[in-house]
Amino acid sequence: MIAYIGRRFLWIIPVLFTVSIITFFLMHAVPGGPWDRDKRLPQATQDRLNAKYGLDQPIYIQYLTWAGKFIQGDLGPSYRYTDRTVNEIVADGFWTTVQLGIMAFILSVLVGIPLGIFAALGHNRGPDYVSTSVSIIGIATPSFVLSILLIVFFAVQLGWFPTGGWKGPQYWVLPTIALAGFPIAVIARYTRASMLEVTRKDYIRTAHSKGIRDQAVVSRHMIRNALIPVVTILGPTLAFLVTGSFIIERIFGIPGIGQFYITSISTRDYSLLMAMTMLYAFAVAFLNVVVDVLYAYIDPRIRYS
Amino acid sequence: MATNTTVVGTRVAKPKTAAGPWREAAGRLFKNKLAIVGLVIVILFLFCGIFGPFLAPWPYQVQDLPAVFANGNRPLPPLSPNHILGTDQLGRDLLSRLLDGARISVTVAFVVQAVIILIGVPVGAVAGWFGGRTDNALMRLTDVIYAFPDLLFIILLSVAFRETAFGQALDGLFLVFVAIGLVGWVTVARLTRGQMLSLKETEFVEAAKAIGVSDRKIVTRHMLPNGMGPIIVAVTLGIPVAILAEATLAFIGIGVQPPRASWGSLIAEGQKFIRSEPHLVLFPAIFIALALIGFTFLGDGLRDALDPKLKGKQ
Amino acid sequence: MVSADEDISAADAPTIVELSADDVLRARTEAVANAGLGRKAEHLLEVRDLSTHFFTPDGVVQAVDDVTFDLGYGETLGLVGESGCGKSVTALSIARLVPDPPGRIVSGSILFDGIDVLKLSTDDMRKLRGKEIGFIFQDPLTSLNPTLTIGYQIGEAIKEHMGLSSKAAQERITELLAKVGIPRPKDRLNDYPFQFSGGMRQRVMIAIALSCDPKLLLADEPTTALDVTIQAQILELIQRLSSEFGTAVLMITHDLGIAAGMCDRVNVMYAGRIVETGTVDTLFENPRMPYAWGLLDSLPRIDDVRGDRLRTIEGMPPLLIAPPKACRFAPRCDYARDVCVSSEPELTQREEPQHLARCWATEPGGWIG
Repeated sequence: MIAYIGRRFLWIIPVLFTVSIITFFLMHAVPGGPWDRDKRLPQATQDRLNAKYGLDQPIYIQYLTWAGKFIQGDLGPSYRYTDRTVNEIVADGFWTTVQLGIMAFILSVLVGIPLGIFAALGHNRGPDYVSTSVSIIGIATPSFVLSILLIVFFAVQLGWFPTGGWKGPQYWVLPTIALAGFPIAVIARYTRASMLEVTRKDYIRTAHSKGIRDQAVVSRHMIRNALIPVVTILGPTLAFLVTGSFIIERIFGIPGIGQFYITSISTRDYSLLMAMTMLYAFAVAFLNVVVDVLYAYIDPRIRYS
Repeated sequence: MATNTTVVGTRVAKPKTAAGPWREAAGRLFKNKLAIVGLVIVILFLFCGIFGPFLAPWPYQVQDLPAVFANGNRPLPPLSPNHILGTDQLGRDLLSRLLDGARISVTVAFVVQAVIILIGVPVGAVAGWFGGRTDNALMRLTDVIYAFPDLLFIILLSVAFRETAFGQALDGLFLVFVAIGLVGWVTVARLTRGQMLSLKETEFVEAAKAIGVSDRKIVTRHMLPNGMGPIIVAVTLGIPVAILAEATLAFIGIGVQPPRASWGSLIAEGQKFIRSEPHLVLFPAIFIALALIGFTFLGDGLRDALDPKLKGKQ
Repeated sequence: MVSADEDISAADAPTIVELSADDVLRARTEAVANAGLGRKAEHLLEVRDLSTHFFTPDGVVQAVDDVTFDLGYGETLGLVGESGCGKSVTALSIARLVPDPPGRIVSGSILFDGIDVLKLSTDDMRKLRGKEIGFIFQDPLTSLNPTLTIGYQIGEAIKEHMGLSSKAAQERITELLAKVGIPRPKDRLNDYPFQFSGGMRQRVMIAIALSCDPKLLLADEPTTALDVTIQAQILELIQRLSSEFGTAVLMITHDLGIAAGMCDRVNVMYAGRIVETGTVDTLFENPRMPYAWGLLDSLPRIDDVRGDRLRTIEGMPPLLIAPPKACRFAPRCDYARDVCVSSEPELTQREEPQHLARCWATEPGGWIG
């Protein structure tokens, strides 16, 4: 088991390595460069800057230079914000983004799973309709639409929450809900389907035949078994939260690192772009492994084999 | 024992003729109310996307500026003369633009899934069929693709090639489709591989092999038809993902270029008017919602219909 | 006191008499009663006119139709028939485990130890299940929860119904595991079902079913999913434990051999009805219903000629939606006559005591002697 976990985590390294290579070369294949501003800089200045930052070297040298620095934790200088290093830029916004993601994740799980369970238990009756409706709304409403609607209604119209920024707990509410909308819907649907499938299983009939109370059958036998497959979609859910947070940050003006996602591409800020890619790729890969390990742990059939 | 003198009736109870598996599945599908709703929405969606622009009252880019000026320089509300759903601030008819958006979404949906199938199915089939090192190598490849943060990769590709001929094709859409497809084929590949692995061991494949049918024929004639079910479901359920991705990208200005009207860009444009003229955001949002719901219900219905174990919904 | 294989010497009884199977049965019932296991009625189970229907989109399936039988205290009764004849549904009905929807017990009464279980509240019925009625299901792989230890699963009914301290419950669980023949029970308490073989899993199921010393054991094809070699062991286990505890057993099976080996009496079911009932000896020596003949005839025999086809009953059982008012076996019966398709025969008394059969042809005055 430990060997399995170790292997999975170690595998992240070559994967990230490959991602970095592809991104690096793709990035440099893009026409234009980091010195493209509204006003064209004279060629001489550009050449001087390129030399200073090593951009006149062959690509593979540039890559190795970058990789060498990266392993040591040096993310390089920002080409756009020339007075700051990428490390500083990332440090500023990193924890904000992480916090938003974690809050959205907790909300998704705390709302989504019970919603799915109650839908299944009240199958084809009240709770099912409520839960299914919520799920439908969650799936049908893109996060950016949900954000706009939440802002218009709760911030502008009702004035309960601010429209943007990140200066205190009240700023956290709307963005978290906006980000969690889709995952809640997906988790609820999945949990419901899983619970319904478990209800049909033979061992539930055995549980009833022992004469134990209904809520014990539900909690000890049904929920536990139904949640195991649900863990498998937590991986993609986390990936969604990680990569989808940038839109929320943009709409709500949240000072995380999401804003640099797109701007680094359009400004050809190479080191910032590489840092963003590696961070996000690492987060997704790491979280996926965590989920897989969790899954292997909670299913005793896998744990003990 | 005395022998009987009359033999009564038929000995054997005549069994009901068993329908083919596809027809049975279709029967289950049509009994599912939500699936029918989804199917209706999908058909409407396809109709709007394919024929819409021909039926639209206005070309999507034409600006009816006089009407806007007459309205105090504000977008026209719904139920205005000549503009049944209103206009935007440049006088462009909203319904017509929504229909153009439908066309874009239809194209996205199908082109993306085509890319996904064209890459994912063969990769998965090969991996599953040959197993061993081929399988390993291909699965490692999918790990790498899967690790790529999707949107970032799509944006990178889109921005990278925006200025090229490739990027300009179809008003920037072709690039987006390919990009979305390139990150999205992994699930279908893994599914196909899984199906291939389980079907490989079945008896009818053994029988075909014993008779000496070639590998390629076994895969295409015997295994694919039987394994198609989950893949069809995955493709159907992948369409809302693609539509959502395109809408999100359009919202931040990537992919479709003005004056074309993806639903996502319509929402981006309509944002600033949301308090005074909410229809500019509401209608595109409704259209997006319907498209997403329609394919999701249909996909769910297909999954229930094609999975015999899920019969007997109570 | 009385046992078929016990040695009775002159010191124990004034005279040694020939004991018939019926006498043994009666005596055992008395022994059970005298052992203080409670005996509030004449029979442990009195099923009267039980009908269980399934309301499906294709129609109402009358899975169990007017079934009537008794089961004595400590008796082993076989419920024999082919797939779909309603035997499992009968057992589920007794324990009120019929899935609702789409199934429902529509009429009849089931008197368990004198109480009509169909009139009990769901909570009272729940208290009866597990404590007084144990169920062994057919497939031990799917019938055990894969994510809970077997020790836990055996202990659930004990903790619910017997109010023992955890230490006492633990001891009882270990004891039960030993009784059903699981080696090193203490070590295996915390193992999961997938860590056991098929036969062992079924033993665990038996332990679960017997955990609270129930009066009635419902065994639904307990050996069908097992290897032939294991089958005998499991059946022997059930037999031994049920006679040790005086548990009545309703043994459901399609295998006549099993019925012959284990049961005191047998009910033969066909298409939702009981078509013949009697003691094992009577049934095997003098069956009075063509279906029973077909069943017995179809058993492969050691003196069969190699290369001959196995004998089967041609045809298939009828669909149970809107069954006709006729003998349900008539379409497949070699001896059927007009009366068989125009009206349904009743279960009528035959020669031997407790022998009833449902057939026009074999009734006194019928066309088969």
